Amino acid sequence: MNEYNCFRDRDLVDALAQRIRQRISRKWVIMEMCGGQTNAIARFRLEDLLPQDLELVHGPGCPVCVTPQTIIDQAIELAQEPDVIFASFGDMVRVPGVNDSLLSVRSKGADVRIVYSPLDAVRLAKENPDKQIVFFAIGFETTLPVYALALKNAIHANLNNFSLLTSLVTVPAAVASLMEDPENRVQGLLAAGHVCAVTGLEEYEKLAHCYHLPICVTGFEPADILWGIYNCVDQLEKGENSVRNNYSRIVNPQGNIKALEACNLYFEPIDQEWRGMGIISQSGLKIRKEYEHYDAFVRYKITQKRSCYTEICLAGDIMKGKIQPTDCPLFGQKCTPDQPLGASMVSSEGACAAYYKYKRNENKAMSITL
Amino acid sequence: MKTKQCPLPYNPKDLIQLAHGGGGKLTHELISTMFYPAFSNPILNEQHDGAIFDCKEGRMAYTTDSFVVDPIFFNGGDIGDLAVNGTVNDLTCCGATPLFLTAAFIIEEGFPMSDLQRIVESMKKASQKAGVAIVTGDTKVVDKGKCDKIFINTSGIGIIDPNIHIHSDRIEEGDSIIISGKIGQHGICILSTRESLGFETDVASDTASLNHMIQSLSESVPIHFMRDPTRGGLSSTLNEIADSASVRIELDEESLPIGESVLSACELLGLDPLYIANEGLMLIFVPKKHAEKTVELLKQFPEGKDACIIGKVTAKNTDGAVLLNTLYGGQRIIEMLRGEQLPRIC
Repeated sequence: MNEYNCFRDRDLVDALAQRIRQRISRKWVIMEMCGGQTNAIARFRLEDLLPQDLELVHGPGCPVCVTPQTIIDQAIELAQEPDVIFASFGDMVRVPGVNDSLLSVRSKGADVRIVYSPLDAVRLAKENPDKQIVFFAIGFETTLPVYALALKNAIHANLNNFSLLTSLVTVPAAVASLMEDPENRVQGLLAAGHVCAVTGLEEYEKLAHCYHLPICVTGFEPADILWGIYNCVDQLEKGENSVRNNYSRIVNPQGNIKALEACNLYFEPIDQEWRGMGIISQSGLKIRKEYEHYDAFVRYKITQKRSCYTEICLAGDIMKGKIQPTDCPLFGQKCTPDQPLGASMVSSEGACAAYYKYKRNENKAMSITL
Repeated sequence: MKTKQCPLPYNPKDLIQLAHGGGGKLTHELISTMFYPAFSNPILNEQHDGAIFDCKEGRMAYTTDSFVVDPIFFNGGDIGDLAVNGTVNDLTCCGATPLFLTAAFIIEEGFPMSDLQRIVESMKKASQKAGVAIVTGDTKVVDKGKCDKIFINTSGIGIIDPNIHIHSDRIEEGDSIIISGKIGQHGICILSTRESLGFETDVASDTASLNHMIQSLSESVPIHFMRDPTRGGLSSTLNEIADSASVRIELDEESLPIGESVLSACELLGLDPLYIANEGLMLIFVPKKHAEKTVELLKQFPEGKDACIIGKVTAKNTDGAVLLNTLYGGQRIIEMLRGEQLPRIC
């Protein structure tokens, strides 16, 4: 049995779901932080297996979703510079700015390349010395080490034609901001295993203690998520507020020390805007001054502006766990993956997009079953 | 000390030139030394402007498809056999016995002659295997940079047996849905060869002509409908069928045949195998009582060795919908592919 089948095993999943049903005695609201968790829950219909007393709300952990629209517009502008090759992860290129997306300017002649790793962008810089390569460096702590590695390689190769347009966010500051919201409903948190594999658990211990918040670190397979939910419910029922590492096959409590050292070498914390949620203090990262030569904001003298766009949908409330995607009146009507109006619909990892893909027409599916 | 050497002389015959598509001497040379010998058959050998052949009474099927795959050579095939198999399979879906193909080439100036020879050879083998004749064709050469290496269009004509009626209207409630092999092989094979993705896999394209297998099946089983789930994958094809036939389709997640390498690659790249392209698969709708026999018959052919039942038609005269019964007893909607599946950040 391969790893996927092992952690998707029906008997194991059923047994875990039963343990959750047996353990719960009252209503609880648990937030899964990461879009990967949200998608797995929707894709495998895990909510169907859970007791009604348990409400899962979907956090702001989709890096594409929370990238501010102003930066997307700046990326689109930069991509249209004649000497620029603009490299990006695949799911960023579709996200609409005000008038265009990276994909639409590509069809108008901009040199936009979809790559799988920032290291591919470094390679592009080596292969195209007469071009400027800008990589759209977005994401959480998970992706940060590979940006650090890309910078290290670029410095080692003495490249003068490589830079990062950054929109980097960190989880703990966002969790703190959610917990301090007077309307917060979240009582327990499923932390994203891949982020914790880099950062370790120290910051999460502080959050758990400070906000009386039980936190369980989970993986992304059905059994991983249910095991995390069980442990979260167990803590809630016992009144505990600790961090349980339920993804110990990947997550070391100390994190990846080498990766963290590399990240600290090249990046420093800043106040960061999150699409749909506004500016959160010390929740982002920028390239340190000593390496600003590789910072596209500095190289192209781009001023970071706060988004002036107001989102007409309720994405912010959805990502803060206040409401469910289907509570938004625009969901599936005016706001769809083809024409997203807010943060959590712009990427397939977003909660609204996951609901649209897997749970839209739920009534239709139910009536069909009946 | 190094001795001075003359560089190898530039041999224009090694590369396709604009004049190879110009209709003059080089075009004539190319056709007579490469295409005629490879595709030789009585109709082509007439060297007419078009193919002239007798036709019988009854219904015929006629289809066309263009092939622009990149890379042109990949594990399990190349653009040549893809171009033959794709059109043969489209005719097969219509319930036709494929007879004749046309082949039109648009080639970029500077394309290696040896690569063209390799492609033509594989078209020859694929057409021989499928039992079809390439009866006429065309060659154009465009300036370097005006097309990506080589594009091929093939059209095909086939004859339909009077007893065979393949139409989405014939799909009935209760019909079983059978897939002739593992899904996602072609798409993952092509993705893995894109160097920017930097991963290696042993997955080979499933490109194959399915006409002999389907012909044999149709002699024993009343096929209601079939279609090859190529671009957009299984999900998109099933949604098209559900829409056009106004039927509700239910798939069982547990029974979907997905190879381990394809599954791993999809998990790694954040792709859904249900949306990955196939090139040698057939989706077949048959009455439930013939389902087991259909699988048994398909398994007798190498292209059908992994055939299995993946779902059923649960309602007719309704809004078209495709639903997936998940591993854990839930049910979710399967949508048509939106845009291209793009690799994700996480």
